[in-house]
Amino acid sequence: MLSRTADNLYWLARYVERAEYLARILEATQRLATLPLNYIGTSNEWTSTVATAGCASAFFANYDEANEENVTEFLAFSSANPSSIRSCFEAARTNARAVRTALTVEMWDAINGAWLELKRFGNGATSRDELMRFLRWVQNTSMLFDGSAYRTMLRNDAYWFSRLGVFQERADNTARILDVKYHLLLPAAEHVGGPLDYFQWAAILRSVSALTAYHWVYRDSVKPWLIADLLILNDQMPRSLASCYSNLVSHLDQIARAYGRQGPTQRQARAIRARLENSRMDDIFQSGLHEFITEFVADNNRLGTAISEQYLN
Amino acid sequence: MSISFDEMRTPDGAVRPAYAALQEWLHSVPPDILDLRRREAEVIFRRIGITFAVYGEADAGERLIPFDVLPRILMASEWDTLRRGLEQRVRTLNAYIKDVYGRREILKAGIVPEDLVFQNPVFRPEMNGQKVPHDIYVHIAGIDVVRIDADTFYVLEDNARTPSGVSYMLENREIMMRLFPELFSRHRIAPVEHYPDELLATLKSVAPTTASADPTVVLLSPGIYNSAYYEHSFLADHLGIELVEGRDLLVKGDVVYMRTTEGLKRVDVIYRRIDDDFLDPLAFRPDSALGVPGLMSAYQAGNVTLANAVGTGIADDKAIYSYMPEIMRFFLGEEPILKNVPTWRCREPEHLAYVLDNIEELVVKEVHGSGGYGMLIGPRSDKAAIAAFRAKLKARPGNFIAQPTLALSTCPTCVDEGIAPRHVDLRPFVLTGRERIAIVPGGLTRVALKKGSLVVNSSQGGGTKDTWVLHA
Repeated sequence: MLSRTADNLYWLARYVERAEYLARILEATQRLATLPLNYIGTSNEWTSTVATAGCASAFFANYDEANEENVTEFLAFSSANPSSIRSCFEAARTNARAVRTALTVEMWDAINGAWLELKRFGNGATSRDELMRFLRWVQNTSMLFDGSAYRTMLRNDAYWFSRLGVFQERADNTARILDVKYHLLLPAAEHVGGPLDYFQWAAILRSVSALTAYHWVYRDSVKPWLIADLLILNDQMPRSLASCYSNLVSHLDQIARAYGRQGPTQRQARAIRARLENSRMDDIFQSGLHEFITEFVADNNRLGTAISEQYLN
Repeated sequence: MSISFDEMRTPDGAVRPAYAALQEWLHSVPPDILDLRRREAEVIFRRIGITFAVYGEADAGERLIPFDVLPRILMASEWDTLRRGLEQRVRTLNAYIKDVYGRREILKAGIVPEDLVFQNPVFRPEMNGQKVPHDIYVHIAGIDVVRIDADTFYVLEDNARTPSGVSYMLENREIMMRLFPELFSRHRIAPVEHYPDELLATLKSVAPTTASADPTVVLLSPGIYNSAYYEHSFLADHLGIELVEGRDLLVKGDVVYMRTTEGLKRVDVIYRRIDDDFLDPLAFRPDSALGVPGLMSAYQAGNVTLANAVGTGIADDKAIYSYMPEIMRFFLGEEPILKNVPTWRCREPEHLAYVLDNIEELVVKEVHGSGGYGMLIGPRSDKAAIAAFRAKLKARPGNFIAQPTLALSTCPTCVDEGIAPRHVDLRPFVLTGRERIAIVPGGLTRVALKKGSLVVNSSQGGGTKDTWVLHA
């Protein structure tokens, strides 16, 4: 297929995935911010949300204060923010238009429908009710698009490149939550107890739609070191780093088989997966969760560059 | 102005045979059904994204071309005449272009004035003596036809460069079948859905002799900001070929390749929807970022086929148009089945004198204009506009032709007041391949939605209709 087409499909998938992630963290923050202060401590949730979205510097270049109104506007509706939900959907549609021939009717319908619907929400939500509806709608749109791709695309390179976009973005998002919240995720030995952090932990799980999954996997109350395990090493959890890399390795292998050639991206992805497979949570805590995550984010970015060089240029 | 021919009704109000079943159906359904279906159609069009951009509009976003849910219906016998006339017309265009870039018999015989060819900006000296596969220059033609009475169709314009609109013909039919299954079951309508297959076969049949048995065909588009981008992606999708932009192609050793995820892949046939001027910055406009450097030299080496060929504008130019009947007699020895609209060439003094005397009755067109711009419709213009145009005409007479104001035929159309007659034209698409000419029955009917208006161009508020060729 054309390199440009593969590039567009890859980014289209990334933009949709990112929009969903932004909607999830906004929703989780909303929920947290409505709790009485003594339940969540004094930290400013909205500052941490901007950091989790990965656009703190851009945000503070435009606003003085991270409060509900500013953060919601910036992350959901702002045209000035190239990573807002609005900008993601617009960029996704531009990419989709450029590769219409590589999309199925259902995928186009999902993304074009979203773009038309976006206009209805105008420049922002007029009430909290409407904002909630908007955030739910964003998540539904992402699922509709993802489901359409899964159910209707031919299983060839077009599909695999679009999946690469999904899993690279997802791995990046999960890692970013961990990066911002790592101070809440302490190893068992250091856990001092107290209900204070419970709602913070629950919010993390909600951001990756894993609160229910957590209980099914661990059959235990919410414990921070188990949350870290779930999001990093648990292959069953679709948003864990381990699961994202299982998928990345498998799709890159499918591409390599179809093209009859392995390359640097296949090797790099396998190396990252091996590191995740061979790690135990205790060791990660020992050598530093923050360092581990920082290194992972850098590795994930390097893989993105490698994919681009090997296939998309 | 004479009274227009109504394609549905005779002057005494009786329904013509082609529209009998439609009329019956209209009586059998609730009156608001057309309005309902019209709104449904609009939602579908918007969701599919069948939009176009109008250049030079402040709000140059994406617009829908209005779609009229009432079909335009032709009998098989009427279509048969049209089909024969269109084939004859396109054979003439190809023979004429071959001659202009080859032996130039037609110029030597004095039938077409030399200056109209050599001083024409669309003439491409690069094509002199250039051989093209099977002598086909115009692989895809859109011939605009208007109807004057029961028996007379005029060719209004030949489009031999990159005619557009065929995606609307195909989508209109799909939508009609979805919205009006009952109406379809009452008719026997010739299908159009095989057009993409015919087009692909046509393009493959003209691959260079050096190409493999299964040549690689691509569609070259200027990209998503082009007004016809939807059509480009639609066609590429239905042909199952790559939709490329200039930056996806490169030329090495006079061979064209596309950049793919598996490396470079050779390209044999390019269905290009880019004008000559922008094809190759090394050969034509150096500022063009849309084209492919070196493409022209690969083309001249015979390693790639461009469809349509370079330089076909020399056949569809409005200045050449008026000579078409003579050109046809010269190359085919046949009388035109489809007539030309009588045309005064203002470059000729006695024609100019006639036009200046009768300008209030005439349509005056710029030779190189298109899209309904740069023209004067005498009977619809005020004194000031006529005076201004008269001055332009005197200053550069060679730049204009004039035609009588035609009484274009009308078809019943859904408008705010209900169903009313509106003027229509027809653009059938003619495909010329190595072995045969293929025309799917019908074409794109364009309709002027404003009462009395004769301008059917989508950029100026025209709409489209599904076009049916009816078999008994």
